[in-house]
Amino acid sequence: MQLSILFPAVVNGILNGALYALVALGLTLVYGVLHIINFAHGALLTAALFAAFYLHRIFGLDPYIALLVLTPAFFLVGYALQRVVIGPLSHGDDSNILLVTLGLAVIIENGLLFAFRGDTRTVDLPYSFAVVPFAGMFISVPRLVGFGGAVAVAALLWLLLTLTDTGKAIRAVAKEKLGAQLSGIDVPHIYALTFGLGAACVAVAACLLIPTYYVNPHVGNAFVLVAFTTVVLGGMGSIPGALIGGLFVGLIESLCGLYLGESLGQIGIFLMFILVLLFRPSGLLGARA
Amino acid sequence: MNRGGFLPIAVVLAALACVPLVVHSDVVLNFLVTALLLTLAGQGWNVLGGYGGQYSFGHAAFFGTGAYATAILQTRYGLNAWPAFALGIAAGAAMGAAIGALTFPSRLRGSYFALVTLAFAEVFRILASVAPVTGAGVGILIKLDPGIHALQFSSRAVSYWFILSLVAAALVVTRLIEGSRFGAWLVAVREGEAAAQALGVDPTRVKLAAMTVSAAFTAAAGCFYVQYFLFIDAPIAYGPWISVEALLASIIGGVGTVFGPLLGALMVKTLGEAAKLITGDAPGLDLMLYGLVLILVVGIAPRGVAGIGVRCREWLARRHIRTGGSTA
Repeated sequence: MQLSILFPAVVNGILNGALYALVALGLTLVYGVLHIINFAHGALLTAALFAAFYLHRIFGLDPYIALLVLTPAFFLVGYALQRVVIGPLSHGDDSNILLVTLGLAVIIENGLLFAFRGDTRTVDLPYSFAVVPFAGMFISVPRLVGFGGAVAVAALLWLLLTLTDTGKAIRAVAKEKLGAQLSGIDVPHIYALTFGLGAACVAVAACLLIPTYYVNPHVGNAFVLVAFTTVVLGGMGSIPGALIGGLFVGLIESLCGLYLGESLGQIGIFLMFILVLLFRPSGLLGARA
Repeated sequence: MNRGGFLPIAVVLAALACVPLVVHSDVVLNFLVTALLLTLAGQGWNVLGGYGGQYSFGHAAFFGTGAYATAILQTRYGLNAWPAFALGIAAGAAMGAAIGALTFPSRLRGSYFALVTLAFAEVFRILASVAPVTGAGVGILIKLDPGIHALQFSSRAVSYWFILSLVAAALVVTRLIEGSRFGAWLVAVREGEAAAQALGVDPTRVKLAAMTVSAAFTAAAGCFYVQYFLFIDAPIAYGPWISVEALLASIIGGVGTVFGPLLGALMVKTLGEAAKLITGDAPGLDLMLYGLVLILVVGIAPRGVAGIGVRCREWLARRHIRTGGSTA
């Protein structure tokens, strides 16, 4: 394989991977604290993409500005979902949480399908196809912005978790729920907060994605298994793991697409996912369970 | 639960068998056929998920394998429909055993198990939508050849009796499992794997056996789908719809009960039809309702509709004891 084809594929894979990482960040955060897999994560991403699309269509809001609106909005949605729906209805049982988030995913996805039909939509922006030359190839500007955004959000989350009192409380609940509760931390509040942060990550990812991506009611599915793979690869609950895992998954997808053809690109991801789950469920970077 | 007796199964099946004698509407019979198809798929999910506590999100892997095996053996290898049907069930069971053999020894449980089953179904969906042997994006059409020799029934009533007999077999097998030593092991694994192991049960082997039976049931539903609709493609065979509906039927009806999936499937399909009546052809509303019902059932009646009956009986029994105690 010629280097002139391989190199752009690697760069594109890494740029895509940054956005996978962003989606995975939300998932890993929720897993790290609540120890559940949020099956509604992909559906929330779809909802955020639709929101960004319609904010642009109706109000002419640039997706990068919509980010400032959608991120807090989705934080609140996530907070409410955990506080009002998932928490009370699952009775604290893990398999119930699994089913409730699955139910939420089905509701959101099909609600969107019912409201907007299955058509695929794209946003037309002046900079959608803007490129910058780099080392003999052209790199898409919105993807570069996406890459920067993903890294920035990861850094912010990390700062939030390490420096603030709230972050300390989140880490405490993740480590030892009962102990945290006994030292006066409001555990349901922290749970909801974490879920809100996860949803906020998804909103940021949606706003960074929409300039170069499309939206339809099933688009989240394409991301959700990728995000699961990323999270599992990076080690459940690990933020640097999600970041590195995302870049790695993007790379694998791009290279599989290059060698096996576009439609089989995702097969590489799923196979990797199954293999990692079977042989190293604690993740490539995670500590041994 | 009331265990052991086959009488309730016989009564319910006899009543269901009489339906085509009374009802001649093709629409109603078609509805019942799809509900029974879902019952069969759901009973498969129930054996592993309900009795064994292993929640699979990817039973489409077995449904699709059964369906494709039946279709491919007939169209590519010219096999008669009957052996193709049997081999389809066997192929699905083998797939269940294979996925189980891969996942259970590495101790994948809970959400990990749900995830990995989902991933397997997705891998097969993508493969089936590109591989030439599955007809790629076009799917496979079975040649129309009505008659008992080709396992195609031009009469809805006969199709109905055929799927009812498959459901009957599934109900009886489930009841047999429930009353057997194996069933007790399976429930023990669900309730506490470590404790079961300490008592000498091998959880991996028990789960593996349950998954094989479970896959066989769901694969049989896939085989029937092909013979009934004479068409299969990747989104139908391996799409998430069947994974969700199979899970839903058991959970709504009542996990770990013999009649749960039958009850659940009838309710799920009724709900779906009602949604279609309200909105016409607009897609999405039926599944949206399913999601809503799933959340509500989990939140309000975790043991499903069959569980509500059990709870009422328990409540009556408690009341009986209390009133009995006060008069004594």
